[in-house]
Amino acid sequence: MHPALSIIVFTTLSGFGYGLAAVLGFGLLDPQFVATKIAHILALFLIAGGLASSTLHLGNPQRAWRALSQWRTSWLSREGVLAIATFIPLCIAAYGAIFHDRYLPLPGIIGAIMSGITVYCTSMIYASMKSVQAWHTRLTPATYLLFSGAGGALLGVVFAVISGSGVLFLMFLSVIFLAAAWAVKSRWRRRMERMQPLSTPESATGLGFIGEVRLFERPHTNDNYLTREMGFQIARKHAAKLVQMSYMLGGVVPVVLLMLTLVAGAAAYAVAITFVTLAVIAHFAGVFVERWLFFAEARHAVMNYYGR
Amino acid sequence: MTSLPSLPTPKKLGLVIDLDICVGCHACVVSCKEWNTGGYGAALSDQDPYGADVSGTFLNRIHSFEVLPEGAEKIGEAGDARIVHFPKSCLHCEDAPCVTVCPTGASYKRADDGIVLVDEDMCIGCGLCAWACPYGAREMDVAAGVMKKCTLCIDRIYNETMEEVDRVPSCVRTCPTNARHYGDLADPTSGVSKMVAARGGIDLMPEQGTKPVNKYLPPRPRKPLAESAMPLAENSPAASGFFAWLDGMLERI
Repeated sequence: MHPALSIIVFTTLSGFGYGLAAVLGFGLLDPQFVATKIAHILALFLIAGGLASSTLHLGNPQRAWRALSQWRTSWLSREGVLAIATFIPLCIAAYGAIFHDRYLPLPGIIGAIMSGITVYCTSMIYASMKSVQAWHTRLTPATYLLFSGAGGALLGVVFAVISGSGVLFLMFLSVIFLAAAWAVKSRWRRRMERMQPLSTPESATGLGFIGEVRLFERPHTNDNYLTREMGFQIARKHAAKLVQMSYMLGGVVPVVLLMLTLVAGAAAYAVAITFVTLAVIAHFAGVFVERWLFFAEARHAVMNYYGR
Repeated sequence: MTSLPSLPTPKKLGLVIDLDICVGCHACVVSCKEWNTGGYGAALSDQDPYGADVSGTFLNRIHSFEVLPEGAEKIGEAGDARIVHFPKSCLHCEDAPCVTVCPTGASYKRADDGIVLVDEDMCIGCGLCAWACPYGAREMDVAAGVMKKCTLCIDRIYNETMEEVDRVPSCVRTCPTNARHYGDLADPTSGVSKMVAARGGIDLMPEQGTKPVNKYLPPRPRKPLAESAMPLAENSPAASGFFAWLDGMLERI
């Protein structure tokens, strides 16, 4: 599948935003500190930025409001409805923290739960596609939710370190989420690499009863919408390097930096802030690569008609 | 509403495509593009139409496949390879995944005849329905930013201003070899249903669970190429009658 930048930015940014919103919603950062107030604003900006990015790939974005209507059947519609609805508790919680230095448990926890459900809806847009076999598994929503949690917890560590409060628990949470996210992701990868293709050129043409089917001529010699959108291919050797890069940047580097922060923490405030900020940047880069591969490596059933 | 009609639709209008007959001439591709660029909804645009990198929106495309029976490597050996021309357009699936994923309600399946359509005024061009379709039946029009797909020529089949013989999809009307047939596949007495029953019509990718309405008639068995008529070689002992006499006479000169 074509790795569209707008969609990768959407899923990664909104995932981190909802993760941070959940950390704030469960009251893991003390609203008396200025850093926590900034964290509320950042969470809302990440979510809004992600959603805005998602509209960039639409052919007719002026009609995007119509996408809120089909929540009965469409995961994309459900995602849109929940994303907007989730802004209500998140904004109330942000208002309480920013203007009254107060943690509001009710909107906070409702907002955290709705954030999780929204991320689940985002992941189900992909996981519900039977035509893209690599995505069509329960492991897909699991990875999206865990990466959202890991990104949120890591962002939480930055603000906790700045405030100097609640650092240890958020670090602990970050390591747990990072480990779980990459463990599930590697299971997701193993499944993708080992699965037998559900559809083949033989089943796609119905000609398997004669013998092995292979493409002789394409409909047209040039590319078309289908080959551009569904026929993206990445060289295996590059994919293998990118996978290792995503594990390193997204998982190993942040954990090592968190450990270093613990060691340096008491001694040097500035060093600790630098380390945790670098941990977040590395994790973002790793997850960005992971999400790029999520699209680039997924094979669509229609490619059985195009010899890819 | 993007929910599918709850019951099997009373009519299941669709196509039956005979893979034994199709010669891959692309006449249906051209005819489809010609009719539908001026018909239902936005035109089927082309990008860089006179340049080197031409591409465009098509609702019907012909692929050609080479089928190799087991043990076959080259034409002429045991189990001759054969070429099968393969027209592909929307299959108007009973359980159409492209319909239920649509976030706006633009994509729908008609409850009375089962035709799957896009209401282009409601389409936001998100492309999710094209992802959901395993057959590649939907293509986004780059110029209009809306999803295009086969309408089964809904502006022909119900068009009473046309002569009855023309009230079939454009691809069916134009096919010079009669490889394409249109009718009601819910009616077991219809011509298309009888063809499907007689020839063992097949579903494409049944494992995707889409229950396509369109059916494909498989290529008939073929005699080995070696058994086909070959031009007579010189001094052929197989010559008989006049040619045997001529063969002998010419030999003596």
